[in-house]
Amino acid sequence: MPILEVKNINKNFGELEVLKGIDFSLNQGEVLAIIGSSGSGKTTLLRCLNFLETPEKGSITVNGKTIFSDEHKEYTDEEKRLNRLHFGLVFQQFNLFPQYNVLENVTLAPKLLKKGTDEEINQNALDILKHVGLSDRVDYYPCQLSGGQQQRVAIARALALSPDILCFDEPTSALDPELTGEVLKVIKELKNKDTTMIVVTHEIEFAKEVADKVIFMADGVIVEEGTPEEVLLNSKNERTRTFLSGFGNI
Amino acid sequence: MGFWEVTLSLLEGLEYTCLIFALTLVLALPLGLVISFGSMSKFKPLAYVVKTFVWIIRGVPLMLQVIIFFYVPGFLFGTPVLSRFASVVAAFVINYACYFSEIYRGGIESIPRGQYEAGQVLGMTKKQVFFKIILMQVVKRILAPMSNEVITLVKDTALARVIMIVEVIQAAQNFAGYGLMWPLFYTAVFYLAFVGILTLLFGFFEKKLDYYKG
Repeated sequence: MPILEVKNINKNFGELEVLKGIDFSLNQGEVLAIIGSSGSGKTTLLRCLNFLETPEKGSITVNGKTIFSDEHKEYTDEEKRLNRLHFGLVFQQFNLFPQYNVLENVTLAPKLLKKGTDEEINQNALDILKHVGLSDRVDYYPCQLSGGQQQRVAIARALALSPDILCFDEPTSALDPELTGEVLKVIKELKNKDTTMIVVTHEIEFAKEVADKVIFMADGVIVEEGTPEEVLLNSKNERTRTFLSGFGNI
Repeated sequence: MGFWEVTLSLLEGLEYTCLIFALTLVLALPLGLVISFGSMSKFKPLAYVVKTFVWIIRGVPLMLQVIIFFYVPGFLFGTPVLSRFASVVAAFVINYACYFSEIYRGGIESIPRGQYEAGQVLGMTKKQVFFKIILMQVVKRILAPMSNEVITLVKDTALARVIMIVEVIQAAQNFAGYGLMWPLFYTAVFYLAFVGILTLLFGFFEKKLDYYKG
């Protein structure tokens, strides 16, 4: 059974159809890379999965449990909140809480959600921060960190709630080129720990290396889907090839 | 009449000044937040009603509002409903709450949407997002405009004398009846000291919140 099944997701903003029937599924421990030019609907798709947007049509099933369906009446705030816990989201702009230090950023949500005793939550946060290489920065404030460090805190913050699926929305797009490596390295290490991930990215080389599955999106539809070899190296699709040639990859 | 006698008399007036100031602040600060939520409500009719209310309260002189609160209930019901002091406090609280509400609204709307979304995707409730993430950032952003309003409030308390509350200015004015003018000018010292303390206090708060940017 796939950990995630997405069926026929449609999303409009007024007259504009942003997603026109998105289907895909993902198995436990798989990494899905979503590529495509801006405006293709990649970010909107992630936002739908995280219930920041509500699709007009379609269904989302996690671990066999349908958490969104267009047949369901309107979802309450509380239902949306609980559904969100299946997913984690790492934003392009980090969105750390500026008034809290690194450790507090990571422990705030688990403490509010009473995920354990304060000691357990702190210990868990310190372990995660160690894995993302920030043990020596736990009492720093976001404004004292580099972009790459901030994004690694954001990843730790999302991991602290142990979501079923961790989503990344262009995690390196707001970073200076020399800082992207440290963030991509963390994501690679997560893959080795069997973390199920969806990464919206422009880093084609990274997608090639880490992804089990690649989706190329354009104009709100999935144009091509397959392994990195199929989509990124040997695409038969004209649109995919045109898009990739912009990166000098074909 | 000597200097000490006048000073004592003005200090008695200052008691009212301080009381009006403190009560207004304590009640108008939370009420302003409630009004700001009303004016930002997604339920449009409520937002329009609240915005009209804010327009009226900000559009009518505070002095007139004090008079209205004291006299109008009396005209309507035949007997005074609120005491002089309660009328002043009610008028001040409502007036200042409206001004505060606009400052809150500006502060709340200036917080990037990403802060709300970050809290939401971490499974926090709307309440938790507001009180644990947004509010503290709003406080930092509105500290400067708030200090302006609070300082204005100190001096607006003098309007209470329009319905014969003997605050500092009125206390000094009473001496003018005996041909003594200098106590009136002397009141400036009391206001300057009051505002001086507030300025230091706000400076202290600003420094306290200086540890982070954003």
